[in-house]
Formats: sequence, structure tokens, C-alpha cells
Amino acid sequence: MKTLGLSLCALATVCVATSVRADTLADVKQRGYLKCGVSQGLPGFSTADKEGHWFGIDVDLCRAIAAAVLGDQSKVKYTPLSAKERFTALQSGEIDVLSRNTSYTLQRDASMGIDFAGVIYYDGQGFMLHKKLGVTSAAQLINASICINLGTTTELNVADFFRSQKIKYKLVTFEKNDEVVAAYDAGRCDVISSDQSGLYADRTKLKHPEDHVVLPEKISKEPLGPAVRHGDNRWGDIVRWTLFTMLEGEELEVGMNTMEAAEKSEKPAVRRIMGAEGELGKNLGLAPDFAKKILSQVGNYGEVFERNLGQSSPLKIDRGLNNLWSKGGLHYAMPFR
Amino acid sequence: MNKSPAKKWLIQGLFFLVLVAVFAFAGHNVSMQLKVRGISSGFDFLQNQAGFGIAFHLIPYSETSSLGRVFLVGAVNTLFVSIISIVFASVIGLIIALFRMSPLPVLRAIGATYVETLRNIPLLLQFFVWYFAVLRQLPMPLESWRIGKSIYLNIRGLYLPFPEDAAAVWMVIAALIVGLTLGHVARALARGQRVRSGRTPLWNWVPFTLPLLFPVLALLYLRSRVTFTVPYLEGFNYSGGAQIIPELIAAIAALSLYTASFIAEIIRGAVGAVSKHQTEAALALGLKPRQVLVQIIFPQAMGHILPPLTSQYLNLIKNSSLAAAIAFPELVLLFAGTSLNVSGQAVEIMMMTLGFYLVVSLCLSALINLYQARVLRYERR
Repeated sequence: MKTLGLSLCALATVCVATSVRADTLADVKQRGYLKCGVSQGLPGFSTADKEGHWFGIDVDLCRAIAAAVLGDQSKVKYTPLSAKERFTALQSGEIDVLSRNTSYTLQRDASMGIDFAGVIYYDGQGFMLHKKLGVTSAAQLINASICINLGTTTELNVADFFRSQKIKYKLVTFEKNDEVVAAYDAGRCDVISSDQSGLYADRTKLKHPEDHVVLPEKISKEPLGPAVRHGDNRWGDIVRWTLFTMLEGEELEVGMNTMEAAEKSEKPAVRRIMGAEGELGKNLGLAPDFAKKILSQVGNYGEVFERNLGQSSPLKIDRGLNNLWSKGGLHYAMPFR
Repeated sequence: MNKSPAKKWLIQGLFFLVLVAVFAFAGHNVSMQLKVRGISSGFDFLQNQAGFGIAFHLIPYSETSSLGRVFLVGAVNTLFVSIISIVFASVIGLIIALFRMSPLPVLRAIGATYVETLRNIPLLLQFFVWYFAVLRQLPMPLESWRIGKSIYLNIRGLYLPFPEDAAAVWMVIAALIVGLTLGHVARALARGQRVRSGRTPLWNWVPFTLPLLFPVLALLYLRSRVTFTVPYLEGFNYSGGAQIIPELIAAIAALSLYTASFIAEIIRGAVGAVSKHQTEAALALGLKPRQVLVQIIFPQAMGHILPPLTSQYLNLIKNSSLAAAIAFPELVLLFAGTSLNVSGQAVEIMMMTLGFYLVVSLCLSALINLYQARVLRYERR
């Protein structure tokens, strides 16, 4: 029995190791749905409601990819992943794309067998604390207890920041974000540190959200973006240009709400993105009207931002860096030509 | 159908070769796949700088230490919380077992309630209950409770004066070990004399004082020679001295109380397995009930207690990884968590983590097996 178990185990290892192929596009088309890795629950980015429907800006990117590749935004299977599971899930082929508020860094891009396909949200790490402490700058946090979530760049940024300022600090690292918030609310820590978007989301979970403030200071750059497996360039192109389509849509004012006007538009740029002119879809191995499907089924970046993170959401985050380049932000889609 | 010895060896050798080949192929395959997909592999990452802080470490550590050092910090923390919990679990388990076997119905009911409640609630849940229960009771740093002259307790932990040079602590521990060893030898001598002369020697009580005497002597010696750092309020929290974090207290509480419920049942079962006639015979010889339990029943029950007790100890060590959920920085949190995320080398890190638990478990069960062989030897005599 023991030998049988061992042989089975070895066999399974070999099978798993050899089953990953490098043509994700063909796999997704054949399978008929997209496997998308998302967070275990971060309001505004990816959360599930009681019926199991997923919402958020990261989720909308998954839906947009499904719309582009399969023509139907609903054909997505979501896999909630913890911070430490996420890269392994992508590397092993358990998911096709990782759309899970993940910071784009050199080490991840170059040494983990993954490629980032752009930036969907420009974030930065910040601090949230109780208003009554009267702290206005992170440099005042002398010897503070800091609650953070494991498996993020957060731990490294906090260490770098306090070491460079020569300030003592104490880290309390939890495996799950819910425990971070609960421990902070119970008074275990003076401060929570995380990406600022995450802090705004965490604040809505506190007993008295109005008593807590997110410091304006950012101690790091956290460009959050989708990632794909390294080596499958075709699939990387598709994810990258899906994101650009959403940005370009906003720039050309083509989206869910303006579809009718866009259909009638005579502008060459609008006609190209609607698939009425040119061969943009064919170059990617997609349908000619892939961009139209994205914009009509999911919406452009501005619409997606507004409903998930902006003023029509509970988070009420300003566009800031996440505005288009033409409006003072950093989002810039490469030309659709 | 008797097979010749040569044939048997041939079959076993062939099987062994096949096994080696399968593992070699699997290992080769993994490393090839990692290379093909551009994932770095090998153990060089252990020299890389960690770059993150750790709240509780028993060996020196800073952000500039290596990831290999993080592994050691995690391993030591895991062993620390496990050993303390094993001691508490054993003592509490014994007490609960005595409760359950007590002639008093009230004590029996308490014992039964304890066992049935704690062993039937998932351990992870108990971690959270203890953690948030501990947190809820404690005051904020500025309203800290002061115990004695310079011990402070608040929601961030228990702050104690601590020797500036940690060597002093090791001296006390060494003194305790010396005391225990000498006490053991002295007890064997006392027993020998008793067997030879048929009379309990006058100094029979001396061996039991040695484990206490030596640490006390060490403390007296160190008292005038060691300077202590004392906790003081700095910024948001206390600095200086030693800090015992609430995560550690909650982890020890959850692990030891949970495991104690199983240990109590093991002891009760083993004692129940010793024949009733033994008790009757011992009572008939005029031994007191306490003597019957300690000198007649327990030595015989030991053989039944040790194998399942070993399993419980092993379970406890493995369960200590759940303390990661309440932020106690043990091996799984520090190494299979943060270090994995920093380096991205899942295969190597998981292998090292698994290897650690395997080695610790095998060593512990080997030790207990040795001890058991000795106990059984006594039993046969």
C-alpha cells in the first residue's frame, strides 16, 4: 500500500509538472471560460456578494478579458487567492490571469516566471490611525505598533521607511486582512499600514469608521496591475490591450453609456476601436469587434472606476493619479493603430 | 513458494532503484520546469537580505539579517511556543484526568465538561477566541497596569525587566539542567540505598530540592553582577526590557488547553486499563490511596500512555503553525509566508519548512521511544 501511494504521488507530480502548456488563448477558447485569480475580498477591487457574484475593478478587468476573448463578459471563473498563494496559482496554471491588486515590481516581473501586463490602479502605501492621536505625518509614529497583512510588499516598505527615518517600530503581521482590521479595531496596534486604496476599504469595516483617518502621505509606489505567465507573449498582449482598450475608451468617450453615439460616429479613431475599420482584432488573434465588446459589456476605465472606487461607490476615492494623462493623471493607452 | 534470499534481495534492490529513478526524474522535471518558466531556483536566496522586521525573536535579528536567519528565528519561535505548550498541556491534562477519576461528582463533572468542550471546538477558532479575549481584557499603553516596580501589562504585551546580557539567562537555564541531572542521579542513589538496606534513607527528600536549588544559587550569584534594562514609555509604546507579546500568550493558551483535553483522556484510559486487582492488592498491603496511584498504577499505565501521548505532542508541534493566523511569528508565518513572498521560491521554502517539521517530529518520537524502552524495562523487572 505504501509503495502504491508513493508511486501515485510521484506520478501525480510528473503529470502536474508536464501539463502546463504555453498557449493560454487556445486553452481559454477551448475551455469556454476564463480562470481569473482575484483577492479574498477587498472592497472596490474584488469582493463577492452573498449570491457569489463578484464585483470590483480587478473583477471588471477579468470580465473585459472574457468579453474580448470569448465575446461574453460573464464567462469567468473566479479563484480567490491569498497574497502568498497568488503567484504559485499563476505559475502552476491554476489561473489564466492574476487580477488581484498586485504591485508591479522588478523582482516579481523578472524572477517569478510572471509578466505584468500594465497598471490598472496607481496606488501607494499609507497609514490609517485614530483621529484622537493627532498624528499628521508618519514621521511622528515613534515606537508605534503597526498591523499589516502578510505576503505583500507592505512589510518591506514599512521596514525601509522607519529604518531610513531612524524610528523604532513594532510589526504585527497577520495572514488575512480581516484579522488585521479586527486586531486594529481591538486596539492591538496604533496604526494599520497598507495600500491607501485598501485602507479606505478597511475603514468601512471598522466599528466607527468616522473616527479614523488615512494619512495623505505615501511611503511607496504601488502600481497595481494584472499579471500573466512568463513566456506566453500572445496572451500577455491580449491582457495588456484589454486594459488599454478600457483607457482608450474613456479617452474617446466610448463606453456603456455612449454606445449608441459611438455606433454612429464618423471619427476614424472611434470607428477603429469599434471594429468598423482596420484589423486591430485580427493582429491579436481576436474578433474584429473585441474592443466594442469590452466597452459595451463592461464599460470604459472611467465608468469602471466610478462604479467601483469613485464617488458612486462607498469608498469615494478621488481619481488623482488614476486620471487620464490628459487630465493630470498617469493613465496613458498606447495608440490603437 | 519459498523465494531464495538472492531473489528477494534482487526484487527489493530493483524496487529501490525504480523508486530512486522516479524521485530523480520528478526532481529533475521540477527544476527543468522552473528554468523553462524563468522562475529562479536553488538555495542562494537564503543569503539575501530579509528587509522586514520581526516583532518577537529569541535569537538576534534585524532587517539586515539574511533569509536563512529568518528560518532560524521562525524555527526557534516554533520550538519555544511548542515546548512551553507541551509542558502546560501535560500538567493541565494530568489535573483534568485526576478530576475525571475523582470520587467527587463535582470534580468529575468539571473534568468531563472541560474535555467535551475543548476537544470538540476547532483549534483555529480557539486561537481567535483566546486572542481576542486576551486583547479585550488589557488596557491601552498609556493606561498600563503596573505590577511591582517595573513590570507593565497592556494590550501590546507584558513588559519585564531583562538582563542586558542574555548570557545571564542561559546561566540560569544551565543551572536548572545541572540541578535536574544531579537530582536524577541522587534519586537513583537513594533508591539503591533503600533497596539494599530495606529502609528509606534520611536524605530521601534531598534529590527533589536540587532542581530548585541550583537556579536559586545562580540567581543569587547573578543578582549583584547583572544590570537590567527596565521598560520605559517611548513614543506610542514601551521600550527596553523584554516584551511578551499577546500573540504568544494566546497561542500557548490555545495550544495547551486544547491538547490537554486529549491528554486527560489518554491518561484516564491508560489508568483504567490497569487491572483493578492491582489497586485492591496494594490497598490490602496497607498503602495509602495516593501511594497506590503514584507507585502502583501510574508506572504500569505509563506503557499505555506514552504512544498516544507522543502523537499528541507531535500534533501540538504541527498545530503550532496555526498560530500564524493570530500573528505569532513562527516558522510558517515568517518563512513559508513572508520569506516566500519576498523571494518567490516556493519549492525550496516549502521543502525546508516540511523538512523542519519532519526532523523535529522524528527526533521527538525517537526520544520518547527511548524513554519508553526504559520504562518498559523497569516494568518487566
